[in-house]
Amino acid sequence: MSTTQYLIAGFGGQGILFSGKFLAYKGLTDGANVSWLPSYGPEMRGGTASCSVIISDNAVGSPIVSNPDVLIAMNLPSLDKYEDTVVPGGMIFVDSTLIERKVKRTDVKVFYVPSTKLADENKMPKLANMIIMGKVLAETNGFNDEEGVNNALKKVISAKHSDMLEINLNAMRIGRDFK
Amino acid sequence: MADKVLMKGNEAIAEAAIIAGCRHYFGYPITPQTEVAAYMAKRMPKIGGTFLQAESEIAAINMVYGVASTGKRVMTSSSSPGISLKGEGISYLAGADLPALIVNVQRGGPGLGGIQPSQSDYFQATKGAAHGDFHMIVLAPNSVQEMAELTVKGFDLADKYRMTSMILADGTMGQMMEPVSLDFAVSEPIEKPWAVTGTKCERQHNIINSLFLKPEELEKTNFERYERYKVIEENEVMFEEYMMDDAEICIAAFGIAARVSKNAIDEARKQGIKVGLIRPITLWPFPNKVFAKAAEHVKQFISVELSMGQMIEDVRLATGCKVPVTLCNRTGGMIPSPEQVLEAIVKANNGGEK
Repeated sequence: MSTTQYLIAGFGGQGILFSGKFLAYKGLTDGANVSWLPSYGPEMRGGTASCSVIISDNAVGSPIVSNPDVLIAMNLPSLDKYEDTVVPGGMIFVDSTLIERKVKRTDVKVFYVPSTKLADENKMPKLANMIIMGKVLAETNGFNDEEGVNNALKKVISAKHSDMLEINLNAMRIGRDFK
Repeated sequence: MADKVLMKGNEAIAEAAIIAGCRHYFGYPITPQTEVAAYMAKRMPKIGGTFLQAESEIAAINMVYGVASTGKRVMTSSSSPGISLKGEGISYLAGADLPALIVNVQRGGPGLGGIQPSQSDYFQATKGAAHGDFHMIVLAPNSVQEMAELTVKGFDLADKYRMTSMILADGTMGQMMEPVSLDFAVSEPIEKPWAVTGTKCERQHNIINSLFLKPEELEKTNFERYERYKVIEENEVMFEEYMMDDAEICIAAFGIAARVSKNAIDEARKQGIKVGLIRPITLWPFPNKVFAKAAEHVKQFISVELSMGQMIEDVRLATGCKVPVTLCNRTGGMIPSPEQVLEAIVKANNGGEK
């Protein structure tokens, strides 16, 4: 049985919920069971946003992720809040442009991706979320077929905005190739 | 079969209502159910339906009363404090025997409370939505798929028995996205000879009314209504059993609490503890028989709830207090964790509370 629990957290406006939705669709198009649960409430207005995504071979039980296998922290408050909740042996992806400190945990795999800087450099300022997501997929075997990634992108990007498909895919390639 | 799409529970309710033939929605925004109204606002004008944001919840439920009188499928949705405001109209709908669908995506209370998920409107939904002798059919989904399917079911049952159905969900169910297939069969609408649709001078007037000043008459309407309730209690009970075959401990939980409980049960089973789940899908009518049957072989029930303990009373009634029924709960917008439920299971397995 394989179940992976993701927690994506950052500021409102960083595309946290969007990248979570992409991830859920990636799981769905791969034939897995998925759930997506956003934080909702007054804290979202300019404050922190987070979402729980579960991808599983089995039916998803509780959709609430309190101990993620994979944490994607897009700002310092998120890392501060959730670092200790990651399961031992789990993964933490850090936007190292916005988070200057290192992860304290020694029992998890940590990936520092300067995704906000990479987004600026590549003139895709709103796509730091997808750059780091590219890295997440690469490290969790989710990027072995670009076709699948593209299919999932098509589900989250409406036909009206189909011109955004290529740039999102490019953002993810940048993340995937970042060493 | 059509592809599954990811939808929020709230959106699934709205789309399912449209599939079920509902073309009239009246509501007033409140977190965490606003997506129902937003979805309706977007879709209804495109399909010749009516979306109307009323000036208040009270206005909305009375608009529901009006459309229901004409026999058309109609709904409103809100969250806890908003449902309280609708109470008067809900009672009038019951008194006039009108079918309608009401959605409550619960948040913590009492009062304005908070906006996080809750199940503390159980009493209100199943026993006392408002004044007078009446019930609503109360359906409790625990997935986005069920949010959709029970919406259709709710309309069907409402029409069949001329009464209000309520979807009793919570903030998590409303906000979460899951794959959903909307490719389900919808039954033909039934005849409603009682509806006020204009006589065209061809028949006697139909009268929709909840005022009966002669007590003999009013008593008669109540007796008749409760005869119908008996049929519903006999025929419309829905529940799910999970790992109950050899269970010595039985969890009672609905909605999000049932999903959290399943995680805990899977974990407990790994430790060799024989625990199962009965998940009521209809909260009214309550699945009394399956609980009574379980009481013959389990040594303890645990009611897992997002409230101070409301459904637990029905579990005790259903089981005749043959074995202890304990509570495992969080409230005010908090959700029990699988670990908390597991702890309650382990405690029960070690002798439990007497």
